[in-house]
Amino acid sequence: MEDEFIPVRISVNGVTHRLFLESRRTLLDVLREDMGMTGTNAGCEHGSCGACTVLFDGKSVRSCLMLAVQANNHEIMTVEGLAHGGEMHPLQQAFWEKQGLQCGFCTPGFLMTAYELLQQNPDPSEEEIRYALSGNTCRCTGYQHIVEAIRSAAQSMQQQAAVTAPSETTV
Amino acid sequence: MKPSRFRYFLARNVDEAVQLLGEQGEEARVLAGGQSLMPLMNMRLARPSALIDLNEINSLAYVHPWDGGLALGAMTRDADLERAALAAERMPLIVEATRHVGHPAIRNRSTIGGSIAHADPAAEIPAVILALDAELEVRSVSGSRIIAAKDFFQGPFQTSLAPGEILTEVRIPGLPSRSGSAFLEFARREGDYALAGVAAIVTLDEDGTITSARLGLCSVDQTPVRPTSVESLLKGKRPERDAWKAAAEAVSASLNEPPSDIHGSADYRRHLAGVMTERALALAAERAERNR
Repeated sequence: MEDEFIPVRISVNGVTHRLFLESRRTLLDVLREDMGMTGTNAGCEHGSCGACTVLFDGKSVRSCLMLAVQANNHEIMTVEGLAHGGEMHPLQQAFWEKQGLQCGFCTPGFLMTAYELLQQNPDPSEEEIRYALSGNTCRCTGYQHIVEAIRSAAQSMQQQAAVTAPSETTV
Repeated sequence: MKPSRFRYFLARNVDEAVQLLGEQGEEARVLAGGQSLMPLMNMRLARPSALIDLNEINSLAYVHPWDGGLALGAMTRDADLERAALAAERMPLIVEATRHVGHPAIRNRSTIGGSIAHADPAAEIPAVILALDAELEVRSVSGSRIIAAKDFFQGPFQTSLAPGEILTEVRIPGLPSRSGSAFLEFARREGDYALAGVAAIVTLDEDGTITSARLGLCSVDQTPVRPTSVESLLKGKRPERDAWKAAAEAVSASLNEPPSDIHGSADYRRHLAGVMTERALALAAERAERNR
């Protein structure tokens, strides 16, 4: 069978990429190899570990279990999309402060999973955090500090929201 | 860990999908949520010659009322089913079981139709729709037909879908009044496939006697299991511990040869199937009593 190349338009972190892709390539590989965004890590490549988690139209997915051509005309957010203007996202800041990582390989997946959780549930209990993280594997930390980091990020994000909300209503 | 080559077709609607599947022949596969097929392709355990992608067919994703129960579009994602108010109201069993399918990021992609058509004997949803007496609508270029869930699962990863047929809708009839249901499973880790899982539906009459009990088990045989002989044992009994105990023993005894692997021996799974049956029946009956 000959290689078949399909034209796609994929938005990643707000930037539109136009590519010709072989249909069999995973979203994970295209992000890393064609777009040079190596923040998303290739772990198990069969959907078990969660290291390759990205957001697809705002929802967390395993990028190793999607074909890149399936992202045509869709929006992807990767870990590179979290920080703005050189300033870390509150989740990244909290992982830094609470030491929510050791080797760091699984961290991008945890950050994207936690990002989705806090979008849906800004004040999760420890149990809710642990349930949300059940699909992400970390072999270093024992998860304790990751859970603490997400609790801490939830608090700081709520404080930020409380500070900015009144000023928005007065405008 | 990369899929082998295949021709890729993005179907815009069901007519186009069945047309493409018919044209591409028996080595072609339908791509639903991809959460089982993609790992198999990455490991090259599956090497389809062509993929017919259903993911952009939005008309196949819905939760509708049907016959007191539900009609579910085959491409309804598990995460959407989990949050559907109509499903929670009419068929809490399917919602309860869906929460055991993989992890949140898996359920954002995985679909009810994909789970059924893949027919993994360890998967939760096939066992649940078997217990619920669901019917499945399948389509091909030559039209549509209905397959009862009890006739659908033929072996591990084998179904009665003919070449060229696509599962399009899952219809679950409503439960009688004074019914309760429960899905329980035992897994090593959250989100893993269960070592044994049980769906139970118990219906009581006015004076609280069991008029019907239905069971569906996963991970204990080559297909999901519906132990009808055990169900008839419960008919006419009082919903009490003795009845659940007897049913649990009968379930354990009725199993052919549960799988045996590093996660659990056949004997252990046989035992677990009994324990989960007893607990699921008790919980379903408790819920039925509250549904006066």
